[in-house]
Amino acid sequence: MRDVAFEVNGKACRVAVEPRTTLADCLRHDLGLTGTHVACAHGVCGACTVLVDGEAVRSCLTLAVQMEGAAVTTIEGLSSEDGLSPLQAAFRKHGAVQCGFCTPGIITTMHALLTTEPHADEARVREVLSGNICRCTGYMAMVAAVLEARAAYQGAPA
Amino acid sequence: MNAPLRGPGNNFVGQSVERLEDMRLLRGQGLFTDDVSRPGLVHAAILRSTVAHGWLRGVDSAAALALPGVVAVITAATMGAKVPAIPMRLAPLDELEPYWQPVIAADKVRYVGEPIAVVLAESAAIAEDALELLVAEIEALPPVVDTATALADGTLLFEAQGTNLAVLYTAQKGEAQAEFPGAYVRREKMDTQRHTATTMETRGLLAEWDATTEVLRIHGASKVPFASRGMLAKQMGLPETSIEMIEVDVGGGFGMRGEFYPEDFLVPFAAKHCGRPVKWIEDRREHLLACNHAREFDCDLELVCSREGDILALRGTVNGNMGAYMRANVAVAPRNVGQFLSGPYAVPNVHVEVRALLTNKTPTGTYRGPGRFEADFFRERLLDLAADDLGIDRVAFRRRNLVKMAEMPYPLATVTPPKKEEKLDSGDYVMTMDLALAELDWDAKLPLQGKLIDGRYHGLGVACFIEGGAAGPRERARVELVEDGTVAVYVGSTLVGQGLETVMTQIAADAMECSMDTIRFFHGSTTYVSEGFGSFHSRSTVMGGSAILLAIEELRQRMREAAAARLGCKAEAVRLEEGRAVAPGGGALSWAELATAGLSGDGVFHNHTHTYAYGAHACHVAVDPRSGHVEVVDYVAVEDVGRMINPLALQGQIVGAVVQGLGGVFLEHLVYDAEGQLLTGSFADYLLPTATDYRSIRAVAMGVHTGAVGPLGAKGAGEGGIIPVGGCIANAVAAAFSGKVQPMSLPLSPSRLWAMIEAAG
Amino acid sequence: MKLPAFDYATPTSIGEAVALLAAGDGSARPLSGGQTLMPLLAFRLTAPSLLVDLRGIPGLDAVEIGEAGTRLGARVRWCDIEAHAGLAAAQPLLVAMIGHVAHYQIRKRGTLGGSMAHADPAAEMPGVAVACDGVLHLVGAGGARDVAARDFFLGPLTTALAADELIVGITLPAWPHGRRWGFQEFARRRGDFALAGVAVHYDEVGGRAVGAHVAVIGACSAPHRVAAAEALLEGSAVTSALAAEVGRAVAASVSPPEDIHATAAYRRSLAGTLAERALAAAGGLA
Repeated sequence: MRDVAFEVNGKACRVAVEPRTTLADCLRHDLGLTGTHVACAHGVCGACTVLVDGEAVRSCLTLAVQMEGAAVTTIEGLSSEDGLSPLQAAFRKHGAVQCGFCTPGIITTMHALLTTEPHADEARVREVLSGNICRCTGYMAMVAAVLEARAAYQGAPA
Repeated sequence: MNAPLRGPGNNFVGQSVERLEDMRLLRGQGLFTDDVSRPGLVHAAILRSTVAHGWLRGVDSAAALALPGVVAVITAATMGAKVPAIPMRLAPLDELEPYWQPVIAADKVRYVGEPIAVVLAESAAIAEDALELLVAEIEALPPVVDTATALADGTLLFEAQGTNLAVLYTAQKGEAQAEFPGAYVRREKMDTQRHTATTMETRGLLAEWDATTEVLRIHGASKVPFASRGMLAKQMGLPETSIEMIEVDVGGGFGMRGEFYPEDFLVPFAAKHCGRPVKWIEDRREHLLACNHAREFDCDLELVCSREGDILALRGTVNGNMGAYMRANVAVAPRNVGQFLSGPYAVPNVHVEVRALLTNKTPTGTYRGPGRFEADFFRERLLDLAADDLGIDRVAFRRRNLVKMAEMPYPLATVTPPKKEEKLDSGDYVMTMDLALAELDWDAKLPLQGKLIDGRYHGLGVACFIEGGAAGPRERARVELVEDGTVAVYVGSTLVGQGLETVMTQIAADAMECSMDTIRFFHGSTTYVSEGFGSFHSRSTVMGGSAILLAIEELRQRMREAAAARLGCKAEAVRLEEGRAVAPGGGALSWAELATAGLSGDGVFHNHTHTYAYGAHACHVAVDPRSGHVEVVDYVAVEDVGRMINPLALQGQIVGAVVQGLGGVFLEHLVYDAEGQLLTGSFADYLLPTATDYRSIRAVAMGVHTGAVGPLGAKGAGEGGIIPVGGCIANAVAAAFSGKVQPMSLPLSPSRLWAMIEAAG
Repeated sequence: MKLPAFDYATPTSIGEAVALLAAGDGSARPLSGGQTLMPLLAFRLTAPSLLVDLRGIPGLDAVEIGEAGTRLGARVRWCDIEAHAGLAAAQPLLVAMIGHVAHYQIRKRGTLGGSMAHADPAAEMPGVAVACDGVLHLVGAGGARDVAARDFFLGPLTTALAADELIVGITLPAWPHGRRWGFQEFARRRGDFALAGVAVHYDEVGGRAVGAHVAVIGACSAPHRVAAAEALLEGSAVTSALAAEVGRAVAASVSPPEDIHATAAYRRSLAGTLAERALAAAGGLA
């Protein structure tokens, strides 16, 4: 077992893990952050996407021991008890959620995209979204939601 | 006509209400099976056969048991003399019982992926470590992988049965085998490839045995928890009341999830066996190997028409590659292929024989639009070919043959065994086709057809469909007035990611004449109502929604009676307002005050007839003849579902279904080699549609011709969007090449399409 | 799909890393971005005793653009190449080809060293290395050596890298201003491994192609240049007819694999089509 110290959703944490523990499993089962979902565990579907130092990464392709000193943000860290973020609200408004299993990974990915590229056009949104698989929606509503949510990121500090 | 929904002040039904479940799903607060944990949890991993067909001589578990952290290894031997088998849930036949799947392989393995042993360990990783130490001794037999080999009966999956033909289903109407002198006949062989639902959440179960109360509690139930409970109770020798099936959030169903699988016995058995809670979470490779496969059919069909263009008969044979066992709902797709081959068209004579053939592949079950996707591909291809041969415009040909309103109820072929009759209930089939064409701008785009523009050939396609809904026999709901003044609604319908919570709450709020906040909705779990029939056959809304209306009617009567007793007036005189019951004299009680009387209502909605939503799809494709790439330039899906409860949710389901269908047309294929090994065991090889693949998918949903089942008028929806996609796209591709390329097989992968284009010169 | 057990180390120098790789049972593996290694571990297709994580070694993520060429450290990520202010001008073919690599999240961690060490025949970075006459810089227990890309990629998932060697970087020769180039690839879906891809570049001297390079990925067992196609192009004016001829030469020369995604015949034809289109793009014909 290794001790790893890193920040999760703004809070310092220390956890003892086997080197083989993925960041996804560490978040879900050691830290109880079950909003991060694992749908393929081999780096194709994007459901487990979290932010590491602000960048969207697949937490199933990342080891927990590699997170020493890093700042990790999960869907829980992008959510408020009070209501929905503009991005989340746009998803709801456009009917971009069905079963909801892929949703957290898509919210984290699109948040990372719009934070750095608040003017991303439809082609760019689709290109980035192509790293996340959704089996229910066919993506049309998601693309519309992301394009609408851009306004909330424009002019905000990156 | 249907009675109008109660509640002049409320009309949530019909509005694009934002979904309730989104609030938790968008914030990572959903509760899926793997999010549930228990102290003292043990993790299960399953050893699966790596051989497609063979005699299982033994399992050596000594090394695995010696690994620190391993708790137990379960094999057929652990179960004693008789290994339970998985019964058929739908269309069962006594003579198919020999083909039921044992929950764990005892003496023979019949597909790669078949469970051989279960390892229980202190962590999921250790359980997987132990799998590598288990040794299954298997004496390989020749595998049967395709229907031709199965039909030859040279190698048998079940020696004692003497045949690989489990059952021959027949769809029969009129005199299809008669001579039709002077008629036009087109005969074609076609096939659709094995692919399946592939939900984003894999399956999973958490089972715990409470020895004190003798209750087995299972998280991860879905779709048909009551039916599964019944099967499990029988297998375990427990009364049904000793088993609780708990439904949590579900990451996609599409017909696949929630049918009874071997693990649905093995995990509860393991929990009882070791006395600790056991969790099993299927991994993606297992999912592709072990979940029901679907869609693998080949056909040899004849379409008979008059020279004027009237369809006279459909006849021929279809082979279904059903996989290794007849389990759960395996019968649905082959029966549907035969019965719904005629679809929305008036076909006076039908004789289709569908052979359900056993092969050494993963067992099959339903996948959204089971049998209908396949049948639509076969039929819509035949229609285009016939129209071309007869020199009739393919739209005019369809318009001529679609069932007209005056002809309804219109009988379909009757399928046997067991015997099932079906009638198309209502609708203006020509209207939806015309609307699809108009939405696509068909007439304006026609001049592009067959043209090479910037290196690509353009083509248009159209296909029509019917979607069956509202499967019986009944659904049950219970509503209770809660002491905080809210209304708790319990139904036996289940949630598989289709927004059921919102839809049912809309229906209940309208009926209660209250805001949606006042309704609290509970579903699926066996602890809420005494029975339930689940979510399949597009049935939840029609059946569960109707049961809710009946239950609420009773509750409101109870509320009036209770208020009358306390306010000193007649029950009929009590007026129910939101949150209050008001007497004529002005006296009033709040719902919270009324609730102290313990008021509830029960509703049971019975139904034995099906509804038929219907519609048409039209598309525009552009094909690069040198790469075989097909761009779906535009795709329009039109569907009349009788009554829309939530148009936004419905349109989303239709678009999603179309894209799933496009996956089945272009990308998705469960490929086996000659040895019966699955070659597509990852998401790198089993290709699902992504956001860059199909950019213009449009749905036009409507509620025009209501269904005759129940007070809602809804027909059931959610599957229709997938049904005609194969035929629609293949017709467009054929049209792009002016008929010189005629797709008869799916998928239309670039490599296959390029080869066809090359062959056509 | 839980990973098999392994030990984990984070050396802070190349020397330390190489020593760790050389010690033990020989099954130690370097870990760079992990975007290829982690799936292999998830499927238990490899079971290293030790992962040597390179993230603590300073300097491996450097990009240096100089007169003689561009040197890229092994831990330069796809997103670093995408975002770099100078690379689009200094190495336009690199930037174009890397634009096809995988997806957004993978690009945040995947590195060019990891891709070249894995050596998938359809991967873009090995193709860049070969198409641009790159030189790989390796360091092992026995010291440092440079290996030309054309000698490095030996076959599917097979390279000249020894078990105790690390790729520390690659140098791509300077790219002259005005060089003509084109790249075309075709995959089942965006971001998938290419069924085939072809890169073409040459310098235009007096209206004719000089220094012709035609390189293939995907439709081959390892990325390679196609001599017959280059011979046709060398010294010729680029026309549609020449592009078609070069395409035919590429199709005739490749030895594509056959798998569940495509037949060999398809890949052969596709490579020819893509060569024709890449050359047409390079020549401004498209």
